[in-house]
Amino acid sequence: MEAIQTTSTADDDEQTTFEPRIVAFLCNWCSYAGADLAGTSRLGYPPNIRIVKLPCTGRVDPLFILKAFERGADMVLVSGCHPGDCHYTSGNYHARRKLPTFRSLLEFMGIDPRRFQMSWVSAAQGGKWSQVVADITALATELGPFEYFERIRDNRN
Amino acid sequence: MQDLTQLLRETAEDLLKRKAVGVVIGYGHTGSRGDMTAVFARTPQQVSQLALDGECYRNLAVYLNKPEVRKLGRCAIVVKGCDRRAINVLIRENQIAREDLHIIGITCEGVGDPKMQKCRFCTVHNPPDCDTVLGDPVDIEPEEGEFAAVEAFETKDIDARWNFWKEKLKDCIRCYACRQVCPLCYCKQCVVEKNIPQWVETSSHLRGNVMWNVMRAFHLTGRCIGCGECERVCPVGIPLGLLNQKLIQQVKDKFEFTSGMSADEKGPFSTFDLGLDTDDGIL
Ligand code: SF4
Ligand code: SF4
Repeated sequence: MEAIQTTSTADDDEQTTFEPRIVAFLCNWCSYAGADLAGTSRLGYPPNIRIVKLPCTGRVDPLFILKAFERGADMVLVSGCHPGDCHYTSGNYHARRKLPTFRSLLEFMGIDPRRFQMSWVSAAQGGKWSQVVADITALATELGPFEYFERIRDNRN
Repeated sequence: MQDLTQLLRETAEDLLKRKAVGVVIGYGHTGSRGDMTAVFARTPQQVSQLALDGECYRNLAVYLNKPEVRKLGRCAIVVKGCDRRAINVLIRENQIAREDLHIIGITCEGVGDPKMQKCRFCTVHNPPDCDTVLGDPVDIEPEEGEFAAVEAFETKDIDARWNFWKEKLKDCIRCYACRQVCPLCYCKQCVVEKNIPQWVETSSHLRGNVMWNVMRAFHLTGRCIGCGECERVCPVGIPLGLLNQKLIQQVKDKFEFTSGMSADEKGPFSTFDLGLDTDDGIL
């Protein structure tokens, strides 16, 4: 099980190991199948990731990303088909314009852009999936808990 | 400026008498303190309320697709160059049709004292594609450094940026004036009014305020023409224009796009370009 880590316990006990919570929005056709393949191939990857399956990365509204942060995610990943492979022909082309632009807005607002990651993982890339999750989990651990919204919740303004 | 007002009244009177339009939307000193506000002249008698002077800040395009205005029939509308660009976006998004409008463009050297930020970088002092143009042609080159404010802000490190926005956004009282005044925020039901699920918390508390202001800015990506009305009306002085400018800069840098320059353009998020788009920053 995840170790739910709040800011207060982090202050109380420096020793508690921080387990980041990563919310991943995966497209049904490529990345979700890729994650499935990683599982059936018995490739291990860190259990910090919470997968939300969507039809397509083109479906990802930036609201989803912010909402995940607001509810306590330390990192958000959006993953889908490689360019050219979209099941709906062009959904990922639209995501490739919209989401990186959103990332630059987050950065402008002072939210570390590394907390929002994107990847292309095909249905055949179980290995890449497990590598991506291992890499971003390591990065999220290094970045530490994302406390902005927690703090906002605690001391009303 | 007096004669311009006269010219405008004559134009409006003629249009209304000929029944070429049902309403002329313009400016007039009809606010409760004599301040400049919107005038809807529907009869030749009412044209005497119209006026033109250096206080024509408002972007009247906001009224164009309101159902209560549409009911009045064909519209004539008084616009500055920047407002004209907003109309292009409304046309490209199928909110209004060019033939339903009689556009009265006024040439403009800039508004506000000191001049509003946008006016220093304006490329549309002489509004394009209008049915009537009033005023002498203006010949002012835009200044350099359109995004200087954005770049100056970006010299702050990431924590300083967040602290800046946190301090600003905590004051937001969620009056939604910024939305109401925006000609391009025309959704019949805004995402903040949806409550199943409740995407944006509605109390004026920093958490929902961050969500609201980020969404407001992002929904205007590739659409905002930078008229600056949102920032001008914000009662607590949040620099909303800075967020908009950041996105205008992104769209220009990444997609070589400037919104509102033509009614035929395609918004950057409703298209893509394999020659331009890259996988930068994607694993
Ligand atoms: S940006 Fe300023 S100078 Fe240009 S048309 Fe608008 S108000 Fe006039
Ligand atoms: S006008 Fe200002 S205070 Fe009102 S909702 Fe917009 S940002 Fe908030």
